[in-house]
Amino acid sequence: MLVSARAPILLRLVAAGVRQQTAYPLAALAGLVANVTFGFLKVAVLLATVEAAGGELNGYDAGTMSAYIWISQGLLGSVNLFGRTEIAERIKSGDVVVDFLRPLDVHAAAVATDVGRSLWALLPRGVPSVVIGAVVVGMAVPTSVAGFLLGAVSMVLGIVVSCTTVYLVAATGFWLVETRGVQILYMVVSGFLAGLFVPIGLFPTPLFAVASATPFPSMMMYPVDVLSGRVAGWDAVGLVAAQAGWLVVTAALGQQMTRRGRHKLEVQGG
Amino acid sequence: MSSVSMDGPIIETHGLRRTFTVRDGLRRRTVVAVEGLDLRIEPGEAVGYIGANGAGKSTTIKMLTGILVPTAGEVRTCGLRPVPDRRRLARHVGVVFGQRSQLWWDLPTEESFELLAAIHRLSPDDARSRRSELVERLELDEFLTTPVRQLSLGQRMRAEVAAALLHRPRLVILDEPTIGLDVLSKQRLREFLVTERHEHGTTLLLTTHDMGDVERLCDRVVLVDRGSVAFEGTLAGLSRTVGADRVLTVDLAEPVPDLGTVATLPGVRHQGHEGHGLRHRFAFDAEQTTVVALLAALSAHAEVRDLAIEEPDVEDVVRRVYAARR
Repeated sequence: MLVSARAPILLRLVAAGVRQQTAYPLAALAGLVANVTFGFLKVAVLLATVEAAGGELNGYDAGTMSAYIWISQGLLGSVNLFGRTEIAERIKSGDVVVDFLRPLDVHAAAVATDVGRSLWALLPRGVPSVVIGAVVVGMAVPTSVAGFLLGAVSMVLGIVVSCTTVYLVAATGFWLVETRGVQILYMVVSGFLAGLFVPIGLFPTPLFAVASATPFPSMMMYPVDVLSGRVAGWDAVGLVAAQAGWLVVTAALGQQMTRRGRHKLEVQGG
Repeated sequence: MSSVSMDGPIIETHGLRRTFTVRDGLRRRTVVAVEGLDLRIEPGEAVGYIGANGAGKSTTIKMLTGILVPTAGEVRTCGLRPVPDRRRLARHVGVVFGQRSQLWWDLPTEESFELLAAIHRLSPDDARSRRSELVERLELDEFLTTPVRQLSLGQRMRAEVAAALLHRPRLVILDEPTIGLDVLSKQRLREFLVTERHEHGTTLLLTTHDMGDVERLCDRVVLVDRGSVAFEGTLAGLSRTVGADRVLTVDLAEPVPDLGTVATLPGVRHQGHEGHGLRHRFAFDAEQTTVVALLAALSAHAEVRDLAIEEPDVEDVVRRVYAARR
């Protein structure tokens, strides 16, 4: 029992999400191996680029670039950049009827469970990835306790925003039933704009503006910037505020889509 | 805001209709799943909701519980409007979908019960007593700590039923609860439902293709055909509407070729004889003539050595009702 029996139900669903994920330790290990392998690949490419630029590239030096690489790789298990979710499967298969039979907000319950699953992944995938990076390559860290705390908040917000955003992909299933097309589009766009491949700070200005107008940097780039100490002080608070803003927007949209989607729900047979 | 009504019907629908849009290549077709359904179920009743696949049974259940939005018509469940009052209604209704699980797949079975108790905001005492009642009655002890994905189908269905009934719903809806179960598991589940109803006055609405379920659990059947009610009444009454009678087969001590006079009793037909009159078959309507009366009439003509009574096969009855309506 991770949380007390009297805890609010959404917290208990978060805990249930964590518990569900602990059933698959080998999957977590496989994910970690993949993350670390790609981490070293990014180290080879991006640190060489920083070096070629004379040790500093758009504000990134070797330490902050390494921190970007290892924190972003570590967040990959927790931030959903693939677009696939259990709730999307449930809407497609019709199992979502069971969710509608409970005295719960279907949207909030799905997001809570997903947040639990994602938070769990920080342990087997996030922490080892960052530790490996810090030990083998070395990386920058925040210079103050407040920076660390704000970084932790930013990371959790990033995970939650990822869950509320990817829920929107699933919710298109109320209309489309088969959401694979939307999911693939999400996968193509989200990783790039979240700053998975290169930091969005290295984007040309117009592309940077496009990325900033989406929730994707809130999932990964902003937490990485705050956690690595590259952005600090009030600038960091600004990024966290932007994350909070995206959380409100995506959650409100998820509520609306669920409310309207319900009227479109077609579960035939069974 | 409508309130939860403790009196009046527990389910009431008027002219309930639901259509689905089906894509047929590029063309769209409208399929009518439920058409003008009028249903009324009183608290404490046990009703078998039967009909062929695609007759609209599951769609009806989903409208009764607020999952699907009706295309037209009215529906009240426990006095509430299912769609706008879905979350409040969920506290009074327990649903078992034989084909879908409401348990947490990767978690030990008992954790699903804990989560559901929290979801339904049961007090710890209430949750504990209800849980132990269900664990005992449904014999869940042996697998409470087993993850749901490792349960056998029989175990899982028992756990599903416990999960649906944990919050002591007034109305329990079971959508094909015995599908795929072996004879013993079916029997256990039926016995549990009979006890539950007896002790808590729970209303049961059951869809099934297993007529054993209907015979053992239900006082009344509602037969749906193409989305509307084709018959409503007792199972015996359903058999009667299509002339599906019980059949008495008697073996006599001596051959008696002509027993035709017995067939003059009301509701009795002589179906024929074999072995030069050693064995005779009589179809009879149990409402008009009892087995005892029939036997008494027989023994006036011959000595009866052995007898067998066949009940009408309900699936055959349903088939005949459908055939008569086409």
